[in-house]
Amino acid sequence: MIEFESVTKVYRMGNVEVYALRGVTLSIKQGEMISIIGASGSGKSTLLHVIGCLDRLTSGSYFFEGAEVSRLNDNQLAEMRNKKFGFVFQDYNLLSRATALANVELPLIYGGSRNKRQPAMEALERVGLGPRAKHKPTELSGGEQQRVAIARALVNNPALILADEPTGNLDSAATAEIISIFRQLNQDGITVVIVTHEADIAAQTQRIIHLRDGEIISQ
Amino acid sequence: MKFVESLAIAIRSLFANKLRSSLTMLGIIIGVGAVITLMSVGRGAQASITSTFEQMGTNLLSVIPSSGEVGGIAGMSYAFMTPTLTLDDAKALERIPSVVAIDPVNENYVEVTAGGESKVAIIHGASPAYQQVYNHSLALGQFISDRNVASRDMVVVLGNEVAEDLFGADDPVGQKVKMKGKRFTVIGVLEPKGGAIMGVSLDNVVVTPITTFQTKLFTQRTARGEDAVQSISVKVASAEVIDEVREEIETILRRRHRLSVDEKNDFAVISMEQMLGMLQQVTGIFTIVLGAIASISLLVGSIGIMNIMLVSVTERTREIGIRKAVGAKRRDILLQFLIEAAILSLVGGGIGIVGGWVISFLISHVNLGGITIHSVVSADIVILAISVSVFIGLASGIYPAMRAARLNPIDALRYG
Repeated sequence: MIEFESVTKVYRMGNVEVYALRGVTLSIKQGEMISIIGASGSGKSTLLHVIGCLDRLTSGSYFFEGAEVSRLNDNQLAEMRNKKFGFVFQDYNLLSRATALANVELPLIYGGSRNKRQPAMEALERVGLGPRAKHKPTELSGGEQQRVAIARALVNNPALILADEPTGNLDSAATAEIISIFRQLNQDGITVVIVTHEADIAAQTQRIIHLRDGEIISQ
Repeated sequence: MKFVESLAIAIRSLFANKLRSSLTMLGIIIGVGAVITLMSVGRGAQASITSTFEQMGTNLLSVIPSSGEVGGIAGMSYAFMTPTLTLDDAKALERIPSVVAIDPVNENYVEVTAGGESKVAIIHGASPAYQQVYNHSLALGQFISDRNVASRDMVVVLGNEVAEDLFGADDPVGQKVKMKGKRFTVIGVLEPKGGAIMGVSLDNVVVTPITTFQTKLFTQRTARGEDAVQSISVKVASAEVIDEVREEIETILRRRHRLSVDEKNDFAVISMEQMLGMLQQVTGIFTIVLGAIASISLLVGSIGIMNIMLVSVTERTREIGIRKAVGAKRRDILLQFLIEAAILSLVGGGIGIVGGWVISFLISHVNLGGITIHSVVSADIVILAISVSVFIGLASGIYPAMRAARLNPIDALRYG
């Protein structure tokens, strides 16, 4: 599904060039559950962002389902983010003034769906938050907020869910809950990629990609 | 994404931030309100001057001294004039066939006292024709007679406001008033006329025989040493013959003043219409100045909108990042911010219009020391104010909106 061919990502910090990814070659097959681990600054988040079209690569090539992603324009990338990927972030990134339901409806609005309420409710029920649909993020616990974010990620039936340290702010009970949701989604056929630095989370995935200084040292 | 959904997102987002939305609107509200109020007051002043002149009639000519050098309003001011007209000039004009009445008038300010009361009024030195020329009716007593004029009697007819202020409910006829240390007998009181020219009430007048004015109150002489007349009002039979009469007046006066062919007139004949035109020019400038002041406040308001829009984009960078991460396109973000700006300026403009309307209504009903201005809110001012406010809203929304739309999703998410 995903083919990376010596992908690099370079940031400019003033006059200094910082290499976040140095020639990453990687392939991800449909239905896999993968974790990306590595020290902070190893480029694991950057890799996830490039996969998810939140960021553009500097050189190399990226094929998604056989299509060259680096050739796409901004609008096509937005469409990819909307239809193909679902993101889950460490700090949830929910709209704080909107209800859980409205947050989950957001991708449907930008996707142009006619029917929004029903799929959004279904997504919330899938993560066990049906009864809390009308609550705002500030009225929910961290684990519940992350479940809202997962519901938002899966509402458009994405091919891939990308999670960036999804349990970084959660206690162990909530962590277990979130990971079991990811496992369930993976069993339902969705490819899941989780960035983490917790070994026991990585241990629950089928494949571990280990990054150091922007390079894959094992996979 | 459909427009309706962008609209819904924008409205939801405005309601979610009530304080910020209302502060942004406040600038536009004040600006538009000020434009409406000040323009209406200006228009009202213009309208009241026009109606006052229309009351006086269009078949009136005024002959005044003029050097022929200074034009316009300045040329009409007594301060710039060397007196050239006399009572004999006025008498000579009576020969013109279409002339109905001739009234030589001298004017000044004077303090009138009676008992303990005193009042500053306009004093007119006039002839019996004054009543007919200015359409004044008498409330009490009688008007100045030809005999009063001939024998320079120390008599006055009081305007309604003067009579009320000095004598209250008492009958002033037969009582004495004092002006410039001299005693005059009140022989009549005018009916109230209402209205004002440039804020001066038409009822705040005292009328005395012109000969008395010339010899006992304010002496002014022409170059040849005769008693001067400041202006001669000529009432003609109808508005159609005005030009004809004007020519005859010029012929007669040029002959009487012994002006040779290459000399300019030492007087000017002005119709009420001309006078109105000049005054309207003045009030027009007045309205423009008021409008300019109001526009400045509108400009300040729009800078406020721009500022708040920019701050709000910065503050909402993360929100923009979230929206982009779940698939919002540039156009969607741009549209959301533009619609927010448009709604703010439309609603703000609407409230400003209503507010300005209410204030100008209140101004119309407040008496400012004898002056009332009936402000006129007209459709063109309202349309102007609405379009300006929407334009400002959109113009000041576009730049922040474009900045917001161009943000890279991951940069926007990392912010804050």
